[in-house]
Parts: sequence; structure tokens; C-alpha cells
Amino acid sequence: MIEISDLYKSFGDLQVLKGINLQVEKGEVLSVIGASGSGKSTLLYCINGLEPIQKGSIKVDGVEVHAKDTDLNKLRQKLGMVFQQWNSFPHLTVLENVALAPRIVRKLPKRDARDVALKQLEHVGLGDKIESYPGALSGGQQQRLAIARALAMEPEYMLFDEATSALDPELVGEVLDTMRLLAEEGMTMICVTHEMGFARDVSDRVAFFHEGLIEEIGPPKQIFGDARSERTKKFLSKIR
Amino acid sequence: MEQTVQFFSGFNVNDFLFLGEAAGRTLLISFVSIALGTLLGGLFGWALYEGKLFATFALAPVLDVFRSVPLIIQLVLFYNFAPIVGLRLDPFMSGVAVLTIYTAALVANVARGGIEAVGQPMRRAARSLGMTYWQDLRYVVLPIGGRAVFPSWVGVALGVMKDSALVSVLGYVELLKASQILITRTQEPFLILAFAGAFYFALSYPISLYADKLERRWAQ
Repeated sequence: MIEISDLYKSFGDLQVLKGINLQVEKGEVLSVIGASGSGKSTLLYCINGLEPIQKGSIKVDGVEVHAKDTDLNKLRQKLGMVFQQWNSFPHLTVLENVALAPRIVRKLPKRDARDVALKQLEHVGLGDKIESYPGALSGGQQQRLAIARALAMEPEYMLFDEATSALDPELVGEVLDTMRLLAEEGMTMICVTHEMGFARDVSDRVAFFHEGLIEEIGPPKQIFGDARSERTKKFLSKIR
Repeated sequence: MEQTVQFFSGFNVNDFLFLGEAAGRTLLISFVSIALGTLLGGLFGWALYEGKLFATFALAPVLDVFRSVPLIIQLVLFYNFAPIVGLRLDPFMSGVAVLTIYTAALVANVARGGIEAVGQPMRRAARSLGMTYWQDLRYVVLPIGGRAVFPSWVGVALGVMKDSALVSVLGYVELLKASQILITRTQEPFLILAFAGAFYFALSYPISLYADKLERRWAQ
């Protein structure tokens, strides 16, 4: 379980998160929506410790992320993350991209790391591309590669930071399908997204962020059909 | 009958071998200096990138000095002043010492550029997989950044190889010194300098070719 309480985060003078309280249960799929700059992505960076926080706490399975004695490298193995920019390692083949972290972080023998990588690449539908270099793949394929790379660490949570925002429209579908597949398999996911269809169909809950606060959170039916907050209604009416 | 004294004698096969041997010494001193200088320069580049106080205020100015002062002055100063502080170094060791620091000063900026070329998002992706700072440096930054600045590094290495000619002022018999010795005896500067130039070319060109080949392979 991920428990966030009274989280404050700022970059210099800019207050980005202003008191977030949120719990994500095992097996839950939470979509986070909201305007750019509302702090959605920053929340993900804070959850896996890539950004320090100013106040409050984030606990992952009871472990305080920002405590001094927390082994972040170990904690991050539980938290797979997929970024807007896929950041595949250009000097490694598709297979090596996925096998690298299992080999050096999980310390698996080479053969086992390869098996894990193969399994995850087939999982995301890239089983026939293992010898290619990322440069030869489309954006959608590279993003699926990034998902496989995160899954190869066998994380318990997956954090998606606008995983489809940098893709050409015709490539969005294949990545969303992969995310949908993971959700169906019971993966715990937090998805920062602008894909309202995905948020509505796949999530258990949707959180609407507004200026560093959770304006409204609830089941998709509530958010998309019967929003209580005027701001939520206004935001959704604008993007439809 | 009047006797004539023969001061000069013509260029012969042995002289050619002598030049070849000297080319070997050019290669040796260059190889050792470039290897050590690259290691040291990589370390300096990392320190500059991390931008700790020491690097900004102590290392950067020192490297600037070594980059800016002509190599020949550095060589002469070092060779003549090292004994004063109790360092007894032969011309080879002095040459290696100066060339290494000179190479390191040049490579430091190349290396910093390489680390910068990798970019924060890529490094965060690596860290998000649970890699430690050092694993990220070793498995992500080094190969990606290294490839990005490889052409600049080759430029530095070839430059240092040619600049190693200046070690001749210390009396180390590398290609240029050997040529000077032969010119004094044979009085055939054109021929001998042409040979020496050809030797330098023969040393550099294969490296350029190999570097091109590597770059092409990486570009795939």
C-alpha cells in the first residue's frame, strides 16, 4: 500500500504540492488527471524518491520513502516507473535494455536475466524485436520497451508518468493496451494521464489535481458522470 | 696528396631503421600519456560535472593553466624544476608526466561534456530501475556519454601524439629528435623530415580509420 499524508513539495519558491493525502491499495488502478503544472508528475517523482519533499510523508508498504536510513535503490525495485520520454538505452539491444537492471541490480545470473527479459518483452508484444536497437523502433514500441524494462524488476507498483503524451496519435493505442493488460493482471498502478478514455474504463479511482491539491477523488463514474466539484466539471468539459 | 675529412655521410637503410625505432618511442610515450591522461581526465571531468566546491575553485583554474600554457614551456619548466623539489626523472618520465597532465586537462572538458550529453531524464530512468549512482555512471553514462564525445576524444589523442614531438627538447629520442640527429649528419632535411612526417601519418591515420569505423558501427 502507498500512503501519502500531508505532502508538500516545492521547487524553490514554486509550491507544487500543497498538502496531498492519498492512499493506494494493492491491486488498485488510480488515474491522476488535471491541467499541466498541477503537480501530477511531481507526485510520482516524490513517490519513488527521485525528488526530495519539504513536508509530510510517503510510505510504501510501511517504509518511509524520504527517511534518511531508507535504501532507495532497494525500494525503487518495488516501484516500476515509465516516463513520458521513454529513455531507452540507445547503446543496448532491446533485450539488453531489459536484462541490464535484473543483471546488475537484482544480481541475476546472465541467463536468468535474459529469460526474465524475454518473458517481459513477449508480455508487451516485442518478442520479435529483441536483437534490434531502440533507434530502429517506433515511439510506441520504445514505450512498450520501457514498460518491459520496468516490469523486469518484478515491481509491485507501476507508476506511469504521461506514458502516451509524447507519442504520435496512432501509436497511443498500443501503449494503452499494454497498460490495460497490466491492470487486468492485477498490477497496482498510478497513471498520470491525459487519456480520459483510459482513466474512465480502466481505473478503480480517478483523482483530479488542481494547483497542487486533490480537488476531487472517486470512482470514474463519479468523476466523469457526476462530479461534485465545479472545477472538475469545468476541466472535463474543456478537454472533451 | 691532400687529405679530406668527411663530415657528412648520406642517408642509408640503417638510418631508416633508426627512424622506425624512434617512431616506436613516439608511440610508446603517446600511448602511456594518453592512457593515463584519459583516466585522470575522466576523473577530473566527473569532478567538474558534479561541481563540488573544490572542483569549481581549485581544479578548474589549474586545468585552465595547463590547457593554456604552451606545452613546450611546461616541458622545459617541469624538466628543469622537478630536480629542485627532489624529483629525479629521466626525459621519458618527465615527458610522460607533462603530457599526461596536459592530456588530462583537455580530456576533463571532453568528459564533462560527455556526462552532460546523457541528460537528467535518462539518468532518472536508470535510477528508477534501482541502479545505484555508480551503476548509473558505469552502465549508462559512460557508454552513452562516451560515444557522444568519442570524436572529440580522438581529436585530443591525435593532437597529443603529434605534440609529443616537443618532448624532443628534453633529449628524449623520439621521431622528431631522431630526425634532427640525422639531419645534422646527412644535411638532407627535406628527405628526412618527409620520412618523419610519413611516420607520424602512419601512426595517426590507422587510429582515425578505426575511430571512423567504430562511430559508424555505433550509429546503426
